[in-house]
Order: sequence, then C-alpha cells, then structure tokens
Amino acid sequence: MRSAGPKPTVPVKGRPGLASRAWSVAAVPVVVIGLSVLLGAVIIVFSELLVPGHTFDIGLPVVAYSALVSGALGNPDAVVSTLVYSTPLIFGGLAVGFGFKAGLFNIGAQGQFLVGALGAVMAGVALAEVPAPIAIPLAALAGFVAGGIWGFIPGFLKAVSGAHEVVSTIMLNYVAVQLLAALVSGPLKVPRSPSPVTFDVGNAAFPVILGRNGHLGIALALLAAVFVWWLLYRTTWGFEVRAVGANPDAARYAGMRPKLITIATMTFSGALAGLAGTSVLLGVTHSMTSSFGTTVGFDSIAVALLARSNPLVIIPAALLFGGMRAGAGLMQIKAQIPVELVDVLQATILLFLVASPVLRRVLRVGRRHSGPTGVDTAATPAAGEAVAI
Amino acid sequence: MDITPLVNGLYGIPVLGLVFQAIGYLVAVIPPNSTSIMSQATPLALAALCGVLCERSGVVNIGIEGTMLASAFTAWVVGVAINPMFQAAPTDVFGITIPLVIALIAAIGVALLISALHAWLSISLRADQIISGTIINIAAFGVTGYLDQLISKTSPAGAGEFTRFTPPDALTNLPGVGWIVSMFLNQGPIAMSAIVLIVGAQVWLFRSRWGLRTRAVGEHPRAAETVGIDVIRLRYKNVMIGGMFAGLGGAFLSIEATNSFQLGMTNGRGFIALAAMIMGRWTPLGAFASALLFATFLQLGQLINIAPPGGDLGTIMSAVPAQLFDALPYILTIVILAGVVGRSVPPAADGQPYERESAT
Repeated sequence: MRSAGPKPTVPVKGRPGLASRAWSVAAVPVVVIGLSVLLGAVIIVFSELLVPGHTFDIGLPVVAYSALVSGALGNPDAVVSTLVYSTPLIFGGLAVGFGFKAGLFNIGAQGQFLVGALGAVMAGVALAEVPAPIAIPLAALAGFVAGGIWGFIPGFLKAVSGAHEVVSTIMLNYVAVQLLAALVSGPLKVPRSPSPVTFDVGNAAFPVILGRNGHLGIALALLAAVFVWWLLYRTTWGFEVRAVGANPDAARYAGMRPKLITIATMTFSGALAGLAGTSVLLGVTHSMTSSFGTTVGFDSIAVALLARSNPLVIIPAALLFGGMRAGAGLMQIKAQIPVELVDVLQATILLFLVASPVLRRVLRVGRRHSGPTGVDTAATPAAGEAVAI
Repeated sequence: MDITPLVNGLYGIPVLGLVFQAIGYLVAVIPPNSTSIMSQATPLALAALCGVLCERSGVVNIGIEGTMLASAFTAWVVGVAINPMFQAAPTDVFGITIPLVIALIAAIGVALLISALHAWLSISLRADQIISGTIINIAAFGVTGYLDQLISKTSPAGAGEFTRFTPPDALTNLPGVGWIVSMFLNQGPIAMSAIVLIVGAQVWLFRSRWGLRTRAVGEHPRAAETVGIDVIRLRYKNVMIGGMFAGLGGAFLSIEATNSFQLGMTNGRGFIALAAMIMGRWTPLGAFASALLFATFLQLGQLINIAPPGGDLGTIMSAVPAQLFDALPYILTIVILAGVVGRSVPPAADGQPYERESAT
C-alpha cells in the first residue's frame, strides 16, 4: 500500500479475481478492527469487576457496543455528529500522513491543532463584524498559517541542526498548551468575565450546511483530502516529498534538496493540523476557553497509521474514529462505560496493526512491500541513516 | 565580611545588573530547594537511563513516557487494591509497608511487560521503532485513562507513599555543602536507588563484558554477530532491563513523590528524558547531570510563581505570563536538542532493525 494511486493492485499470485484482490487490501484492517472489538469486549467485562457493586455481566459489551453504534449512526443527527467529529480527524490524519510520506514523524499535530485554533480565534474575533464571505476565508487562513508556523519550527530545527522532530514536536505540544492558557486568560480574555474565555468569532463562524450542526468544515475536509492526494501523486513537489521519504540519499543524488523538503513538509503538515483546529473552532465552539483541546492530535496519528497515510483512505479511517467519539457519549449513558473506552479501542487497533506482519502470515495475505516495517508508512528507517533520538 | 554593598552595587548596573540579579536569585533559591530538585530529577534520570540502555544496544524507545505512565498507574492501583488486606503500620525506614513493596514490584513488572512488547515489535517484527513507541504511548494513555475513570468513581485511598530518610542535622547544617548532603540523602528509597543505579550502570556499560557487547551491538551489529554475540538476545535484554528502570521512575511519581495518580501525570517526562540522554551523550552519568539541569528548570518554573525574585528582575518577570515559566523546561529541551544534537553522536546502529544474515 506504499503508493496506492490509481494503479490497479497486482493480483496475489495464484489467487486472482476481484474478490481476492479486495480481500488482500481489506483483510488486515478488517481483521484488526474485529480483533480490537473482541478485545474491547473482554476489557469491558473484566474491568467492570473493578467497580464495587458491579457484577460479572457477559452481555454488557453488547449493550455498550450497540449504544456506541446507535450514537454514531442511529439517526440523521447522529450521522451528522459523526461527520462533525470526523472533520478535524481528516485534517489531522492528512497532516500526520503527509509527514509520513516524507519520512517525518509529526507527533506535534496536537500542538499545531491548538495553535491553529488560536490563530483562527484571534482572526475570527477581529473579523467578527466583517461580512462572512470575507471573514471566513481570512479566519481559516489565519488558522492555516498559525499551524504552519508551529510545524515550521521543528522542520527548520531538523533541517538545520538535526534535532529529531519526534521530541521537538512533542515539546512544542506542551508549549502550545501553555501559550493557549496564557493568551486566553490574558490578552484574549473577555474583560470582567468570571472564567477565561474569548469573544465569539461572530461572522467568521462556519455556516451550517447539513442537518442541525453539520458545518462547512466537513466539505472543506473532504476537499482537502482530494487536494492532498492530488498534491502527492500528481505534482512534482509531491513526487519529491515521496522520494525523500523513500530514500533521502537517492533523492539528493537526483538533485532534490531533502532539507528544504523537510522544512516545507513539516510546515504544510502543521498547516493542515492547524486547519483541524480551525474547523473545530470556527465550526463547533466559536470561541475558546482555556480548556480548549481534545484528543485530536493523537487520534490523527491513529487515523494516518490505519489509512497507511493514503489521503483518500484517511476519510473512512477518520469516519471510524470520529464515529466512535460521537457514539461514546450515548455508550456512557446507556452502559455506564467511560467514554475513554474509545481510547482503549484505538490503542488496541494500533497495536494489532503494528503486529500485522503476524496477521498477514496467519491470513496468508501477501504483501507487495518487502520493507522492514510492520505498518507500511513511508517512514521506513532509511537505509544507513541513524535515527538520532 | 559584609558583602551587601558590593552585591547592591553589582545589582545596580544597568542591564548587566539583571544578570547578576538572576545569578543571585539562583544562588538564593537552589540550595534550599535541592531536595525538590533531586525529586524532579529522579524520574527523568531513571527514564534517561532506560533510554541509554535501549539506544546503546541499537533500539530507539520513545515509548518510555507510556511505560512510566502505566507503571505509575499500576503502582497506585495495586496499592489501592491490596491496602485493605494489610493493616500493618509503616516501618520507620522509608515508611515501607508490604502493600507499597508489592505495588512497586507490580509497577516494575508492568514496565517489563511493556518493554518486552516494544522489543518484540521492534526487534523481532522489525516494525518501525518510532511507531511502536508511539503506539505504546497512546495505549498507555488510553488504558490508564479508562481504568482510572472506572476506579476513581469511588475515590479510593491509595497505599500511602514511601517517606524520606532524614539525615542528621549535623550533616545538613554543614556550611557550604549541607544542601548537597540533603539533596542526595534527604530522599526516599526510589530516589536513592536511582543514584546507585546510575553509577552502577555507568560502570557496567563501560567496564564490563556485557557493557562492551551492548555497545558493540549498538554500533555495528553485523561485526558483533561475526564474533559470536547474539545481537537479538542482547537487544531484548537491554530493552527489558531499561524498561524496569522506566517502571521504577513511573512508580516514583505515584507512590513516592505523591500518593495519587492523575491522568497523564508523566507530563512529557519520558520525552524530556530523551533530550537529557542526548545531552548526556548516551552515558548514564551524563544523562543524570542533564536530568538535574532539566529538574532545576522544572523546579524554577514553580518557584518563580511562588517566590518571585525581587528588584528590577522581579518587575520584569511579573510582566510575563506565569504560563510561560511553566513552558520553560519544554522550550529548554528544544533549544538543547537543536544546539547539542549536532555535536552529539548517537550509536551508529541506533534505530535500525537487525536482520540475521541468512544461512545460504
């Protein structure tokens, strides 16, 4: 799946036909999700024993999962809610996946998400009275640029001094949290408000285009996925990004400049994560409190890994995790299972995914990619290059 | 001799005086807080030690953060679970009780399991080591968050915490060095054992046969294998031993430094530790020294908010939002990473999966 462009998959030797071809692509994700749901059920049943007064209830996972599914898909409102939850995950998944393609591990999506939202709220509040057709694009652009700046820093440091992006992006996540707190309880705070909160973004808010609260960001996220796909597979820059990710030395010999690509990739990746923050701020919250922030950053890593960084596959992967987030509330009400179960399911999906070489052997699904990684991102450690963490 | 006029004169110099004021502030606040600084440094140093052992043998472990978090949770939750079974009063030495010891062992055991998982994924399956580590972090955060929600519904009491040894006043009141004595001796059992482990690991890594082999495997696994060293086995052992150190560091957070578990209480320490390891050039003692530096900044971030410096420096600092001081250790980590990493050379085979040569 390293470069799942429009090229048709080569049928697995000895088992041709559309069905087996589809199976060879979908087998691992389907089995991984199935195993995770099973393991999640085991965890639900046994962890309930930790709560005093609760008893062993083998039916509880069924109650929990059916509530989860109906909370995510049960009625039109639930479906729209799933879409709303998925929107930042599409942007975030694109951000992380784009980094993977260049061999960069952007764990800083969380920080870029926060700074992007910060940029959007600052511009949005300033443009609150300006007509919407002007205010919305400018506020979104501010979020895009702010996220890009937060992504530029680790990219620049990596290119100039070799500081590994994993540590520097994580550190910037913590800095972003403090920066947000400082601004929201300081210069951006509504005067005389009892709690730290900013003004509303007014006209800069995304209009509702679907159902009760389906905002414009949903459409933008889908467009972004198509755009990133086009960028990666149909432009020279995208080719260079993938070339540097596959083998920086070969790319350099071919006349590309890996350091520049590193900076540009991290900046664009950060900007996409900034749009994730923008979509939540302009589409959902419309203002910012000091506790603004979700698990979008880490969910995005999960989305990108599950989709193997393919921009178009990121959409269904984001819908899966977004749906779980949307349905978690109903699950907590109906089955008294903490919403954090979603984090557990996500983690088990990732664990099974990284162990997928074993699954492939069991399922007898061939893989077209003989590299050393279990999860086929382009982030295969480049031959001969030490990972300096 | 009264040096007050001299100090005041130095403080009064425009601009440069601020530097002297900062030095004066550091000299004034660090010695009385030396014990807290060592407490901040303990989890960092143990985690950095884990990183040193892993990377010296050629395995990158960014899952240290998650390993510590899982251990911190385990230590606390095991204490909660078994505390009612034992009603013994804490002993005089370090406040040790049977539940605390069992909790500590459980925490180390969990860390051992998690690092074995990381070893299996990254050594045997040759998965991307950074992805494996990241997944461990996400999994640890998710599972501890979920279980914590379930358990904290009844807000149970933990098993208490290890207490500190109190060195005799005659030692801690020694002029000039008393604060160093209390820094290392006015500590609980985990912090003290950390010091011993770090010195031991330094000797072990550079003066023992195992240490030599570990470094060989991290620098040139192929050459190591041709002289008969089992690369895979040695990497497994190092990653798992390192994991136990990380587990000790995690347990420190929930049953020695505090008596509770909070969601995500490791707060990036596992990553700061990696920066400390790099700054310490992949040596245990160097990593410990860097951990002390980071710990000083972590502590200063809190101190500045509680007891800000006086004079012009204080006026300037009070204009800066308090949150920026909390961000200081993280910014410092980035700066050090950017400034030092270029001159600090990692083991040559760090992060590269090893594949045995086929017997054809």
